[in-house]
Amino acid sequence: MNKLVNWVDERLPIVEAWNKHLGKYYAPKNFNMWYFFGSLAMLVLVNQLITGIWLTMSYNPSGEGAFASIEYIMRDVEWGWLLRYLHSTGASAFFVVVYLHMFRGLMYGSYKKPRELIWIFGMLIYLVLMAEAFMGYLLPWGQMSYWGAQVIVNLFGAIPVIGDDLSLWIRGDYLISGITLNRFFALHVVALPIVLLGLVVLHILALHEVGSNNPDGIDIKKNKDENGIPKDGIPFHPYYTVHDLMGVGVFFFIFFIVVFFFPEMGGLFLEKPNFEPANPLKTPDHIAPVWYFTPFYAMLRAVTVDLFGLDAKFWGVVVMGGAIAILFVLPWLDKSPVRSMRYKGWMSKVALAIFAVSFVILGYLGIVPATEGRTTVAQILTTFYFLYFILMPFYTRMEKTKPVPERVTG
Amino acid sequence: MRKLIVGLFIAILPALGLAAAPSVELDTMEPDHTNKASLQRGAALFTNYCMGCHSMEYARYKRVSEDLGIPQELYEENLIFTGAKIGELMKNAMNKDMAADWFGAPPPDLTLESRLRGEDWIYSYLRGFYKDDARPLGVNNVVFANVGMPHVMTDLQGLCAVKPQIGGRASVDPLSGDVRNADICPEWEIEGSMSSAEFDSAMYDLTNFMSYMGDPVKVERERLGMFALIFVAIFFVFAYLLNREYWKDVH
Repeated sequence: MNKLVNWVDERLPIVEAWNKHLGKYYAPKNFNMWYFFGSLAMLVLVNQLITGIWLTMSYNPSGEGAFASIEYIMRDVEWGWLLRYLHSTGASAFFVVVYLHMFRGLMYGSYKKPRELIWIFGMLIYLVLMAEAFMGYLLPWGQMSYWGAQVIVNLFGAIPVIGDDLSLWIRGDYLISGITLNRFFALHVVALPIVLLGLVVLHILALHEVGSNNPDGIDIKKNKDENGIPKDGIPFHPYYTVHDLMGVGVFFFIFFIVVFFFPEMGGLFLEKPNFEPANPLKTPDHIAPVWYFTPFYAMLRAVTVDLFGLDAKFWGVVVMGGAIAILFVLPWLDKSPVRSMRYKGWMSKVALAIFAVSFVILGYLGIVPATEGRTTVAQILTTFYFLYFILMPFYTRMEKTKPVPERVTG
Repeated sequence: MRKLIVGLFIAILPALGLAAAPSVELDTMEPDHTNKASLQRGAALFTNYCMGCHSMEYARYKRVSEDLGIPQELYEENLIFTGAKIGELMKNAMNKDMAADWFGAPPPDLTLESRLRGEDWIYSYLRGFYKDDARPLGVNNVVFANVGMPHVMTDLQGLCAVKPQIGGRASVDPLSGDVRNADICPEWEIEGSMSSAEFDSAMYDLTNFMSYMGDPVKVERERLGMFALIFVAIFFVFAYLLNREYWKDVH
């Protein structure tokens, strides 16, 4: 075995790679439970890839056959129902762990210098993941697949001058049709997964270059022992590999409860109208995107005024796009001398709390039908969402921070 | 000013309508996919009363016969009317274009109806027909207003002369099969061959069968789910102990 490793290592630096990324990658020893979600996201990604490959073997990407082929998978393919539920539940699980992973970053300032690039790659992953999920949702070719796609693609039509042609170009037809389904299938199973995997590699390479942040937000590389090893660091393998195994256990327990007992999650993971085949002539009473898009959908609907001769819908799209775009510049908005929420002042804490609560309530408002009262609430919360970012350069500078300890506090 | 208020009111009218729309109260129906006798009775009812118009084209006869414990020969002789082979999909002979002319819309496929509408809705709908001369077929439904479907089970239930009372009442007990709610119709236009309780029980079976058809793997899935959870729980114990062993020296 050793001989084989040596033989390969002389030709390909596998030992060096192993040490750089696992065996001698020194991670802070004070990770808490918020640090499980990065590796869990990788786990879900692998789940999506494997179940996705097997689903592709029986799926028929055509307007005539897509819906029936899903039921063929559910009923006639050996273990097809399990593959499909693992994949559909996995899509929601992906967003659960990614949202928690991002919240961890916000809490402990993981986006701050020198980790700006990690944050940006992470945001790109989030963006591609949204495209991937959106295109995947069309594939079952149910009513909500169809009309959800119709609504989202029509958003591009709100852009002045080029809008209509742009949405026509995306659809490849004058309405969502089998042609759209085919191209979404190609993007969902080939193009976007490749981009996603590439971005994940970049995300991790950039992370391992500068090292992991920690709940105290302090730089463990400042305190090294005589061998040049950070005093507060421990090798990722075996310490965090066995640690993450526990997280995997807890995750799978919750995940399997959904997969085996509540695969529809009360209409949240698999929406009820999607059990009816797509019908271009029949609009559902209430079109709602899947839960992970609803905060942004609520922001879109919250914009109700026409401005500068442009439609409210256009400004809604601008707000929605802006809500995602503003996350990219976050590393340069935070002017605080400390990274972690533990040592920031009360203003940062309150701001983050309001931001998180707003995001969750917006998610709820995006699921339920809009009423006048709800739209007003959505408008207020959308404002809070943006104020968190826009005011950040001010409150992070104004507030009094606590002294940061020299060593991690556990 | 008054114009503005009226204008605003008109502007929010659609929103009010949307909020008020889905408010038909339904009877509750707890499906039980392990009750094979009920599922078999439901399969017989579905084949005899529904399948002439409604297909179940995503499912196969063979799977139903196996899952419900109906011997294949018996199933082929009594529950396949189209001459299809037992391995085929459960389609019917109705021409969809002609059906659209007859009923206004072609009768939908019902394989997934229980997942689209839910069991409560189906159970209430099946019992919700009443006489309404304003409709082309002379019947209407309290759950699905102005439905195009005739009341195909008039010979069993009879036809209620007024709107039957659906919703907010106890229904079939899934354990004993007893029907607990009283007569939902105060006045009959046509008497059926079944008592009200018998018909409720039959509709429980039919709904139960449709619920099974929407999710045929449910019983097996939940059985396997228990094993999967037990496995993960044991895995966690070992992962926890391994983690503790490695971390005991880290301070």
